Amino acid sequence: MTHHPDFLWRDPDPRPAYDVVIVGGGGHGLATAYYLARNHGITNVAVLERGWLAGGNMARNTTIIRSNYLWDESAAIYEHSLKLWEGLSAELDYDLSFSRRGVLNLAHHLGDVREGRRRVNANLLNGVDAEWLDADEVRKFCPIVNVSERARHPVLGATLQRRGGIAKHDHVAWALARGADAYGVDLIQGCEVTGFELRKNRVVAVRTSRGRIAAGKVALAAAGHTSVLAAQAGLRLPLQSHPLQALVSELLEPVLNCVVMSNAVHVYVSQAHKGELVMGASIDAYNSYGQRGGVHVIEAQMAAALELFPIFSRVRVLRTWAGVVDVSPDASPIIGRTPVENLYLNAGWGTGGFKATPGAGWVYAHTLAHERPHPLAEPFGLERFSTGALIDEHGAAAVAH
Amino acid sequence: MMSLDCPHCGPRDENEFHYGGQAGVAYPAHETTDEEWAAYVFLRDNPKGWFRERWFHVHGCRTWFTVERHTVTHEIRKAP
Ligand SMILES: Cc1cc2nc3c(=O)[nH]c(=O)nc-3n(C[C@H](O)[C@H](O)[C@H](O)COP(=O)(O)OP(=O)(O)OC[C@H]3O[C@@H](n4cnc5c(N)ncnc54)[C@H](O)[C@@H]3O)c2cc1C
Ligand SMILES: [Zn+2]
Repeated sequence: MTHHPDFLWRDPDPRPAYDVVIVGGGGHGLATAYYLARNHGITNVAVLERGWLAGGNMARNTTIIRSNYLWDESAAIYEHSLKLWEGLSAELDYDLSFSRRGVLNLAHHLGDVREGRRRVNANLLNGVDAEWLDADEVRKFCPIVNVSERARHPVLGATLQRRGGIAKHDHVAWALARGADAYGVDLIQGCEVTGFELRKNRVVAVRTSRGRIAAGKVALAAAGHTSVLAAQAGLRLPLQSHPLQALVSELLEPVLNCVVMSNAVHVYVSQAHKGELVMGASIDAYNSYGQRGGVHVIEAQMAAALELFPIFSRVRVLRTWAGVVDVSPDASPIIGRTPVENLYLNAGWGTGGFKATPGAGWVYAHTLAHERPHPLAEPFGLERFSTGALIDEHGAAAVAH
Repeated sequence: MMSLDCPHCGPRDENEFHYGGQAGVAYPAHETTDEEWAAYVFLRDNPKGWFRERWFHVHGCRTWFTVERHTVTHEIRKAP
């Protein structure tokens, strides 16, 4: 290679001080920086990333986008995000290949059916598009799903969100980075935050592998590493970090026209634009920052996938990988202020935060700018774990979302 | 797949076990505030490094036991 294409953003050294320092240059950190500048005119901002931009979960997720969550609070924030996705390519002037091909969530037993129908009704009341398909309608919508009654995991029906789909995660990250950079935001790679400087109960600076950086506000957007950072500020959070694995197959001709998810058997499948099948598994049970998981988890996921799609029985797996996801007790995110003044939190998106990238960035930026939660973020504060106002999305989220 | 050393059955494959999370989380000894109760129910350590944790030999002798495991290398050593 003799020529590298033009870089889409500058590669600045850190300055000594910023109004807002965002820790973590994944999708959420980049979107937050972008909307801080775009919506609130706050541009004296740095995004500090210990590796390279968007090399964490942003590079590892299966890119499923949907908003059909059960509770009002979730429907509102995920639907806000989905609406942003619908205009995001134009907004960022970059083709994000957001393909609204429809997301099926299969029901395999009576409990699934009841949960699915209830969720469809809840979604419709919240203005979120949702349909219930019976097994025959599932077969018509996605002909390669095995809906035989004799299947190991019989398909009794499915929820369908037609506006859901997939996008190209790299393009999303690059476009947001370019957008934030154009507003003057410093995107600083190879810069690990190792601690915080606290004055009384207020954060005033971050310590990094590239020196001290003073900060008016510090915004965590570190996904799987949030607990490690919070511990540096003396905070314990209701988060556990787990491996979450996914894999891709060799390239195939177009064969799968939609996204198929099955909570009960822990697999979700789509066919990427290039042609490979992209399949996600459930989390590995134990806590880990190792960015890898057990092969038996992949094996169980493949076994389920082959029951659902016998046509894939001779497809070869090309590669598997894992990310580190920050799982919260109610499968909902935690957004807002913390007990440490000027330290803000956006975490707990766990297995399902890619779809929230623009929405989370939007409400987090607002929360930082106004020093109080955006109305859509308000129910997702840390307080809910002591008030008991949990937002339990295990039904809509299950192992992964 | 990890291999875990069940105190009763010896080394067995990870998928014979159920994960129990952080070890030594004690039930509050007295009346609690909402914050203390929330901490008992929801807050767990989540270290990057050594972690004392519970495992359950669910597909074996059904013993609960505690090990120390490194959350980056997945190395396991006997809990002191
Ligand atoms: C296998 C897999 C499949 C998934 N599938 C989906 C899906 O289909 N749909 C969906 O909606 N979601 C999915 N997710 C979840 C989604 O990827 C995450 O919720 C989301 O990416 C988290 O936000 P982020 O992009 O900002 O995280 P990340 O990209 O992980 O960004 C966090 C960044 O913080 C950096 N960082 C950490 N510590 C420090 C430090 N001390 N100093 C500086 N920087 C630091 C990290 O290096 C990282 O780049 C999946 C995740 C995985 C792993
Ligand atoms: Zn045993």
